[in-house]
Amino acid sequence: MKLRILAGGLIGMAILGGVLFAADHIDAPAVTGAGSTSPGNDITDIYAFQSPADNSRMVLVINTQGLLSPAATATASFPSNVMYEFNIDNSGDNVEDLVIQCLVQNGKMRVYGPVAPGTPGTNSTVRTNGPVTEVNVTGYGATSPATASNGNGIKIFAGPRDDPFFFDLARFKDILAGTQSAFRSPGVDAFAGTNVMSIVVELPKTLLGNAASINVWGETKSK
Amino acid sequence: MLRINKHYLLALFAIVSLGATSCDKDDVDDNFDTSGTYIQNDQMARPAINTVFVGSARKNEFNTTAPSAMSAAFTAQFLSVLTGFGYSSNALGMDKATFAGALVTDVLNVKMNGPTTFFDGTNVLTGRALADDVIDTELLLIFGGASGGSNPGLTRDNVNANDKSFLSVFPYLAAPF
Repeated sequence: MKLRILAGGLIGMAILGGVLFAADHIDAPAVTGAGSTSPGNDITDIYAFQSPADNSRMVLVINTQGLLSPAATATASFPSNVMYEFNIDNSGDNVEDLVIQCLVQNGKMRVYGPVAPGTPGTNSTVRTNGPVTEVNVTGYGATSPATASNGNGIKIFAGPRDDPFFFDLARFKDILAGTQSAFRSPGVDAFAGTNVMSIVVELPKTLLGNAASINVWGETKSK
Repeated sequence: MLRINKHYLLALFAIVSLGATSCDKDDVDDNFDTSGTYIQNDQMARPAINTVFVGSARKNEFNTTAPSAMSAAFTAQFLSVLTGFGYSSNALGMDKATFAGALVTDVLNVKMNGPTTFFDGTNVLTGRALADDVIDTELLLIFGGASGGSNPGLTRDNVNANDKSFLSVFPYLAAPF
Protein backbone atom coordinates (compact mmCIF):
# COMPACT_ATOMS: atom_id res chain seq x y z
CA MET A 1 0.00 0.00 0.00
CA LYS A 2 2.80 2.32 0.94
CA LEU A 3 4.48 1.59 -2.38
CA ARG A 4 1.37 2.37 -4.32
CA ILE A 5 1.05 5.71 -2.54
CA LEU A 6 4.68 6.45 -3.35
CA ALA A 7 4.23 5.68 -7.02
CA GLY A 8 1.06 7.75 -7.18
CA GLY A 9 2.81 10.67 -5.51
CA LEU A 10 5.68 10.58 -7.95
CA ILE A 11 3.38 10.51 -10.94
CA GLY A 12 1.43 13.39 -9.44
CA MET A 13 4.58 15.41 -9.06
CA ALA A 14 5.57 14.74 -12.62
CA ILE A 15 2.25 16.01 -13.85
CA LEU A 16 2.69 19.15 -11.76
CA GLY A 17 6.14 19.64 -13.21
CA GLY A 18 7.96 18.87 -9.96
CA VAL A 19 11.70 18.39 -9.93
CA LEU A 20 12.53 14.76 -10.42
CA PHE A 21 15.70 12.81 -10.56
CA ALA A 22 15.64 9.18 -11.50
CA ALA A 23 17.33 7.18 -14.19
CA ASP A 24 14.86 8.31 -16.81
CA HIS A 25 11.64 7.39 -15.04
CA ILE A 26 8.77 9.77 -15.80
CA ASP A 27 11.23 12.23 -17.24
CA ALA A 28 8.96 14.18 -19.52
CA PRO A 29 5.27 15.08 -19.64
CA ALA A 30 4.59 13.49 -23.02
CA VAL A 31 5.70 10.03 -21.96
CA THR A 32 4.57 9.89 -18.34
CA GLY A 33 2.68 6.66 -17.79
CA ALA A 34 -0.92 7.09 -16.68
CA GLY A 35 -2.86 9.85 -18.39
CA SER A 36 -0.20 10.73 -20.93
CA THR A 37 -0.90 10.97 -24.60
CA SER A 38 1.43 8.05 -25.26
CA PRO A 39 1.32 5.60 -22.34
CA GLY A 40 3.85 2.81 -22.55
CA ASN A 41 6.48 5.02 -24.15
CA ASP A 42 8.32 6.06 -21.01
CA ILE A 43 11.80 4.55 -20.93
CA THR A 44 13.15 4.13 -17.40
CA ASP A 45 16.59 2.69 -18.13
CA ILE A 46 18.88 1.35 -20.82
CA TYR A 47 21.52 -1.28 -20.07
CA ALA A 48 24.26 -2.69 -22.29
CA PHE A 49 26.64 -5.28 -20.94
CA GLN A 50 28.66 -8.31 -21.94
CA SER A 51 26.76 -11.51 -21.22
CA PRO A 52 27.77 -12.84 -17.79
CA ALA A 53 27.54 -16.31 -19.30
CA ASP A 54 29.39 -15.80 -22.59
CA ASN A 55 32.04 -13.16 -23.40
CA SER A 56 31.20 -13.30 -27.10
CA ARG A 57 27.67 -12.03 -26.54
CA MET A 58 26.17 -8.62 -25.66
CA VAL A 59 23.01 -8.00 -23.64
CA LEU A 60 20.79 -4.98 -24.34
CA VAL A 61 17.92 -4.00 -22.04
CA ILE A 62 15.21 -1.38 -22.42
CA ASN A 63 12.97 -0.90 -19.39
CA THR A 64 9.73 1.06 -19.58
CA GLN A 65 6.75 2.14 -17.45
CA GLY A 66 8.54 2.68 -14.15
CA LEU A 67 7.27 2.53 -10.58
CA LEU A 68 4.66 -0.14 -11.27
CA SER A 69 3.19 -1.55 -8.09
CA PRO A 70 2.54 -5.31 -8.11
CA ALA A 71 -1.17 -4.60 -8.66
CA ALA A 72 -0.42 -2.26 -11.56
CA THR A 73 2.02 -4.76 -13.02
CA ALA A 74 -0.69 -7.40 -13.23
CA THR A 75 -2.59 -5.30 -15.75
CA ALA A 76 0.34 -3.58 -17.49
CA SER A 77 1.06 -4.33 -21.12
CA PHE A 78 3.19 -3.24 -24.05
CA PRO A 79 1.05 -1.05 -26.36
CA SER A 80 0.75 -2.44 -29.87
CA ASN A 81 1.37 0.96 -31.49
CA VAL A 82 4.80 1.42 -29.91
CA MET A 83 8.19 0.46 -31.33
CA TYR A 84 10.96 -0.15 -28.81
CA GLU A 85 14.15 0.53 -30.71
CA PHE A 86 17.78 -0.06 -29.78
CA ASN A 87 20.09 2.21 -31.78
CA ILE A 88 23.70 1.22 -32.38
CA ASP A 89 26.39 3.54 -33.73
CA ASN A 90 29.51 1.59 -34.64
CA SER A 91 31.27 4.36 -36.59
CA GLY A 92 31.65 6.98 -33.82
CA ASP A 93 29.39 9.70 -35.23
CA ASN A 94 26.41 9.23 -32.87
CA VAL A 95 24.21 8.31 -35.84
CA GLU A 96 22.74 4.82 -35.78
CA ASP A 97 24.25 2.29 -38.20
CA LEU A 98 22.09 -0.55 -36.91
CA VAL A 99 18.70 -0.75 -35.23
CA ILE A 100 16.96 -3.51 -33.30
CA GLN A 101 13.22 -2.90 -33.48
CA CYS A 102 10.83 -4.57 -31.03
CA LEU A 103 7.07 -4.73 -31.63
CA VAL A 104 4.45 -6.35 -29.43
CA GLN A 105 1.18 -7.56 -30.89
CA ASN A 106 -1.36 -10.10 -29.65
CA GLY A 107 0.77 -11.33 -26.80
CA LYS A 108 3.92 -11.83 -28.85
CA MET A 109 7.02 -9.73 -29.26
CA ARG A 110 8.80 -9.72 -32.56
CA VAL A 111 12.34 -8.35 -32.80
CA TYR A 112 13.63 -7.12 -36.17
CA GLY A 113 17.36 -6.73 -36.58
CA PRO A 114 20.07 -5.84 -35.99
CA VAL A 115 19.69 -4.29 -39.41
CA ALA A 116 20.53 -0.98 -41.09
CA PRO A 117 17.83 1.65 -40.49
CA GLY A 118 15.80 2.95 -43.41
CA THR A 119 16.61 6.56 -42.58
CA PRO A 120 18.47 7.40 -39.35
CA GLY A 121 16.78 9.74 -36.91
CA THR A 122 13.53 10.22 -35.10
CA ASN A 123 11.14 8.47 -37.53
CA SER A 124 11.33 4.75 -38.23
CA THR A 125 9.76 2.18 -40.46
CA VAL A 126 9.97 -1.51 -39.62
CA ARG A 127 13.01 -3.12 -41.23
CA THR A 128 11.91 -6.60 -42.17
CA ASN A 129 14.98 -7.46 -44.25
CA GLY A 130 17.18 -8.63 -41.35
CA PRO A 131 16.98 -11.30 -38.66
CA VAL A 132 13.56 -11.81 -37.07
CA THR A 133 13.04 -13.31 -33.62
CA GLU A 134 9.72 -13.95 -31.89
CA VAL A 135 8.74 -14.76 -28.31
CA ASN A 136 5.58 -14.91 -26.25
CA VAL A 137 5.28 -12.01 -23.82
CA THR A 138 5.75 -13.35 -20.31
CA GLY A 139 2.69 -12.71 -18.17
CA TYR A 140 2.69 -11.41 -14.61
CA GLY A 141 2.83 -14.34 -12.23
CA ALA A 142 4.45 -16.69 -14.75
CA THR A 143 6.54 -19.32 -13.00
CA SER A 144 9.43 -18.81 -15.40
CA PRO A 145 10.27 -16.24 -18.07
CA ALA A 146 9.42 -17.16 -21.67
CA THR A 147 12.49 -16.81 -23.85
CA ALA A 148 13.18 -17.63 -27.49
CA SER A 149 16.18 -17.75 -29.80
CA ASN A 150 16.59 -17.72 -33.54
CA GLY A 151 19.14 -19.17 -35.93
CA ASN A 152 21.33 -16.07 -35.68
CA GLY A 153 21.89 -16.63 -31.98
CA ILE A 154 19.58 -13.79 -30.96
CA LYS A 155 17.77 -14.46 -27.69
CA ILE A 156 14.87 -12.33 -26.50
CA PHE A 157 12.50 -11.72 -23.58
CA ALA A 158 9.56 -9.36 -22.98
CA GLY A 159 7.56 -8.97 -19.80
CA PRO A 160 7.41 -7.56 -16.28
CA ARG A 161 10.58 -7.60 -14.17
CA ASP A 162 11.74 -6.07 -10.93
CA ASP A 163 13.13 -2.58 -11.63
CA PRO A 164 16.90 -3.04 -11.34
CA PHE A 165 17.40 0.68 -10.70
CA PHE A 166 18.09 1.85 -7.14
CA PHE A 167 18.35 5.35 -5.69
CA ASP A 168 17.35 7.40 -2.65
CA LEU A 169 15.16 9.66 -4.75
CA ALA A 170 13.21 11.15 -1.84
CA ARG A 171 16.33 12.34 -0.08
CA PHE A 172 17.75 13.83 -3.26
CA LYS A 173 14.55 15.80 -3.76
CA ASP A 174 14.89 17.15 -0.22
CA ILE A 175 18.45 18.18 -1.02
CA LEU A 176 17.35 19.95 -4.19
CA ALA A 177 14.57 21.67 -2.25
CA GLY A 178 17.04 22.85 0.37
CA THR A 179 15.41 21.05 3.28
CA GLN A 180 18.36 18.64 3.63
CA SER A 181 22.04 19.20 2.99
CA ALA A 182 23.32 15.62 2.62
CA PHE A 183 22.27 12.05 1.88
CA ARG A 184 21.35 9.77 4.78
CA SER A 185 23.03 6.51 5.70
CA PRO A 186 21.66 4.03 5.03
CA GLY A 187 19.72 5.50 2.15
CA VAL A 188 16.20 4.43 1.21
CA ASP A 189 15.67 2.93 -2.26
CA ALA A 190 12.66 4.69 -3.75
CA PHE A 191 12.39 1.93 -6.38
CA ALA A 192 12.28 -0.97 -3.95
CA GLY A 193 9.30 -3.21 -4.56
CA THR A 194 8.46 -1.69 -7.93
CA ASN A 195 8.47 -3.24 -11.39
CA VAL A 196 9.05 -2.26 -14.99
CA MET A 197 8.00 -3.64 -18.36
CA SER A 198 11.23 -4.99 -19.73
CA ILE A 199 12.65 -6.06 -23.09
CA VAL A 200 15.93 -7.99 -23.11
CA VAL A 201 17.90 -8.88 -26.25
CA GLU A 202 21.09 -10.94 -26.13
CA LEU A 203 23.07 -11.48 -29.30
CA PRO A 204 26.51 -12.33 -30.66
CA LYS A 205 28.76 -9.26 -30.61
CA THR A 206 29.65 -9.99 -34.22
CA LEU A 207 26.13 -8.91 -35.24
CA LEU A 208 26.92 -5.38 -33.99
CA GLY A 209 29.89 -4.79 -36.29
CA ASN A 210 33.62 -4.98 -35.65
CA ALA A 211 34.32 -1.65 -33.91
CA ALA A 212 36.30 -1.66 -30.65
CA SER A 213 33.48 0.26 -29.01
CA ILE A 214 29.95 1.23 -29.97
CA ASN A 215 27.41 3.81 -28.84
CA VAL A 216 24.00 2.54 -27.78
CA TRP A 217 20.74 4.33 -26.98
CA GLY A 218 17.11 3.39 -26.70
CA GLU A 219 14.05 5.01 -28.21
CA THR A 220 10.32 4.54 -28.08
CA LYS A 221 8.39 5.50 -31.15
CA SER A 222 4.68 5.25 -31.86
CA LYS A 223 2.26 5.45 -34.75
CA MET B 1 -12.81 -15.34 -27.99
CA LEU B 2 -13.51 -13.92 -31.39
CA ARG B 3 -9.89 -12.82 -31.68
CA ILE B 4 -8.54 -16.24 -30.78
CA ASN B 5 -10.81 -17.89 -33.31
CA LYS B 6 -9.73 -15.50 -36.00
CA HIS B 7 -6.07 -16.23 -35.41
CA TYR B 8 -6.72 -19.92 -35.29
CA LEU B 9 -8.42 -19.70 -38.64
CA LEU B 10 -5.62 -17.56 -40.05
CA ALA B 11 -3.07 -20.07 -38.86
CA LEU B 12 -5.04 -22.93 -40.39
CA PHE B 13 -5.33 -20.99 -43.62
CA ALA B 14 -1.58 -20.36 -43.66
CA ILE B 15 -0.83 -24.02 -43.11
CA VAL B 16 -3.27 -25.18 -45.75
CA SER B 17 -2.39 -22.63 -48.37
CA LEU B 18 1.36 -22.50 -47.98
CA GLY B 19 2.15 -25.95 -46.72
CA ALA B 20 5.59 -27.10 -45.68
CA THR B 21 7.38 -24.98 -48.27
CA SER B 22 6.59 -21.75 -46.39
CA CYS B 23 9.63 -21.96 -44.14
CA ASP B 24 10.35 -18.27 -43.88
CA LYS B 25 13.16 -16.80 -41.85
CA ASP B 26 12.61 -18.16 -38.39
CA ASP B 27 9.28 -19.90 -38.57
CA VAL B 28 7.52 -16.81 -37.28
CA ASP B 29 3.87 -16.02 -37.89
CA ASP B 30 2.98 -13.76 -40.75
CA ASN B 31 0.25 -11.75 -39.09
CA PHE B 32 2.38 -8.96 -37.63
CA ASP B 33 1.49 -5.44 -38.72
CA THR B 34 4.74 -3.81 -39.80
CA SER B 35 3.20 -0.93 -41.72
CA GLY B 36 3.48 2.78 -41.10
CA THR B 37 5.95 5.27 -39.71
CA TYR B 38 6.80 5.28 -36.02
CA ILE B 39 7.55 8.73 -34.55
CA GLN B 40 9.85 9.22 -31.60
CA ASN B 41 8.51 9.85 -28.07
CA ASP B 42 11.32 9.02 -25.66
CA GLN B 43 15.05 8.59 -25.89
CA MET B 44 17.56 7.47 -23.29
CA ALA B 45 21.06 6.15 -22.88
CA ARG B 46 22.95 7.28 -19.78
CA PRO B 47 20.89 7.43 -16.59
CA ALA B 48 19.47 10.69 -15.31
CA ILE B 49 20.73 12.95 -18.09
CA ASN B 50 17.40 14.36 -19.22
CA THR B 51 16.00 14.42 -15.69
CA VAL B 52 18.88 16.41 -14.23
CA PHE B 53 20.21 18.59 -17.00
CA VAL B 54 17.16 19.58 -19.00
CA GLY B 55 14.56 22.01 -17.66
CA SER B 56 10.93 20.94 -17.67
CA ALA B 57 10.11 23.20 -20.62
CA ARG B 58 12.48 21.30 -22.91
CA LYS B 59 12.30 17.71 -21.65
CA ASN B 60 10.03 16.56 -24.46
CA GLU B 61 12.28 18.29 -26.95
CA PHE B 62 15.36 16.50 -25.59
CA ASN B 63 13.56 13.17 -25.86
CA THR B 64 12.78 13.77 -29.52
CA THR B 65 16.20 15.08 -30.56
CA ALA B 66 18.59 12.70 -32.28
CA PRO B 67 21.84 12.26 -30.30
CA SER B 68 23.87 13.74 -33.15
CA ALA B 69 21.86 16.98 -32.80
CA MET B 70 21.90 17.23 -28.99
CA SER B 71 25.20 19.05 -28.64
CA ALA B 72 24.16 21.99 -30.79
CA ALA B 73 20.75 22.25 -29.16
CA PHE B 74 21.50 21.67 -25.48
CA THR B 75 25.13 22.46 -24.55
CA ALA B 76 24.26 25.91 -23.18
CA GLN B 77 21.58 24.37 -20.98
CA PHE B 78 23.97 21.74 -19.60
CA LEU B 79 26.61 24.38 -18.86
CA SER B 80 24.10 26.45 -16.94
CA VAL B 81 23.01 23.49 -14.78
CA LEU B 82 26.65 22.64 -13.98
CA THR B 83 27.21 26.29 -13.03
CA GLY B 84 24.20 26.07 -10.73
CA PHE B 85 25.76 23.02 -9.06
CA GLY B 86 28.96 25.01 -8.45
CA TYR B 87 30.86 22.66 -10.76
CA SER B 88 34.48 23.37 -11.70
CA SER B 89 36.16 20.00 -12.29
CA ASN B 90 35.85 16.28 -11.50
CA ALA B 91 37.92 13.19 -10.84
CA LEU B 92 38.28 12.62 -14.58
CA GLY B 93 39.91 16.06 -14.89
CA MET B 94 37.08 17.48 -17.00
CA ASP B 95 36.54 21.22 -16.90
CA LYS B 96 32.99 22.50 -17.20
CA ALA B 97 32.94 22.73 -20.98
CA THR B 98 34.48 19.28 -21.41
CA PHE B 99 32.06 17.68 -18.95
CA ALA B 100 29.04 19.37 -20.52
CA GLY B 101 30.26 18.22 -23.93
CA ALA B 102 30.61 14.65 -22.71
CA LEU B 103 27.17 14.57 -21.11
CA VAL B 104 25.07 16.37 -23.69
CA THR B 105 25.22 13.69 -26.38
CA ASP B 106 23.15 11.06 -24.61
CA VAL B 107 24.62 7.78 -25.80
CA LEU B 108 26.01 4.89 -23.80
CA ASN B 109 29.59 4.04 -24.76
CA VAL B 110 30.00 0.26 -24.82
CA LYS B 111 33.29 -1.55 -25.13
CA MET B 112 33.14 -4.62 -27.35
CA ASN B 113 35.93 -6.47 -25.54
CA GLY B 114 36.36 -6.75 -21.80
CA PRO B 115 34.36 -5.54 -18.81
CA THR B 116 31.24 -3.50 -19.51
CA THR B 117 30.42 -1.19 -16.62
CA PHE B 118 29.46 2.38 -15.82
CA PHE B 119 32.23 2.40 -13.22
CA ASP B 120 33.65 -0.55 -11.29
CA GLY B 121 36.59 1.16 -9.60
CA THR B 122 38.82 0.55 -12.61
CA ASN B 123 36.86 0.73 -15.84
CA VAL B 124 34.90 3.90 -16.58
CA LEU B 125 31.96 4.21 -18.99
CA THR B 126 32.48 0.96 -20.88
CA GLY B 127 28.79 0.04 -20.73
CA ARG B 128 26.15 -0.30 -18.05
CA ALA B 129 25.59 -3.49 -16.10
CA LEU B 130 22.53 -4.17 -13.95
CA ALA B 131 24.33 -3.91 -10.60
CA ASP B 132 26.27 -0.73 -11.40
CA ASP B 133 25.73 2.04 -8.86
CA VAL B 134 25.29 4.61 -11.61
CA ILE B 135 23.87 7.29 -9.33
CA ASP B 136 26.93 7.28 -7.06
CA THR B 137 29.15 7.51 -10.15
CA GLU B 138 27.25 10.50 -11.47
CA LEU B 139 27.04 12.21 -8.06
CA LEU B 140 30.80 11.77 -7.66
CA LEU B 141 31.53 13.23 -11.09
CA ILE B 142 29.15 16.16 -10.57
CA PHE B 143 29.78 17.06 -6.93
CA GLY B 144 33.08 15.37 -5.99
CA GLY B 145 35.46 17.95 -7.43
CA ALA B 146 38.86 17.20 -8.93
CA SER B 147 39.90 14.98 -6.02
CA GLY B 148 36.56 13.21 -5.66
CA GLY B 149 36.62 14.30 -2.03
CA SER B 150 34.54 17.46 -2.18
CA ASN B 151 30.98 17.56 -0.82
CA PRO B 152 31.16 14.11 0.81
CA GLY B 153 27.51 14.29 1.83
CA LEU B 154 26.43 14.64 -1.79
CA THR B 155 28.62 12.11 -3.60
CA ARG B 156 26.87 8.90 -2.53
CA ASP B 157 23.25 8.13 -1.74
CA ASN B 158 24.05 5.08 0.40
CA VAL B 159 21.75 2.83 -1.58
CA ASN B 160 24.34 0.52 -3.06
CA ALA B 161 22.47 -2.40 -4.57
CA ASN B 162 19.15 -3.48 -5.99
CA ASP B 163 16.47 -4.84 -3.68
CA LYS B 164 16.47 -8.20 -5.50
CA SER B 165 19.34 -10.37 -6.68
CA PHE B 166 19.91 -10.58 -10.40
CA LEU B 167 19.80 -13.90 -12.23
CA SER B 168 22.97 -15.55 -13.51
CA VAL B 169 21.12 -16.62 -16.64
CA PHE B 170 19.02 -14.88 -19.30
CA PRO B 171 17.07 -12.59 -18.92
CA TYR B 172 19.24 -11.61 -15.90
CA LEU B 173 16.69 -9.18 -14.45
CA ALA B 174 14.87 -10.48 -11.37
CA ALA B 175 11.27 -11.62 -11.42
CA PRO B 176 8.73 -8.90 -10.62
CA PHE B 177 7.32 -8.22 -7.17
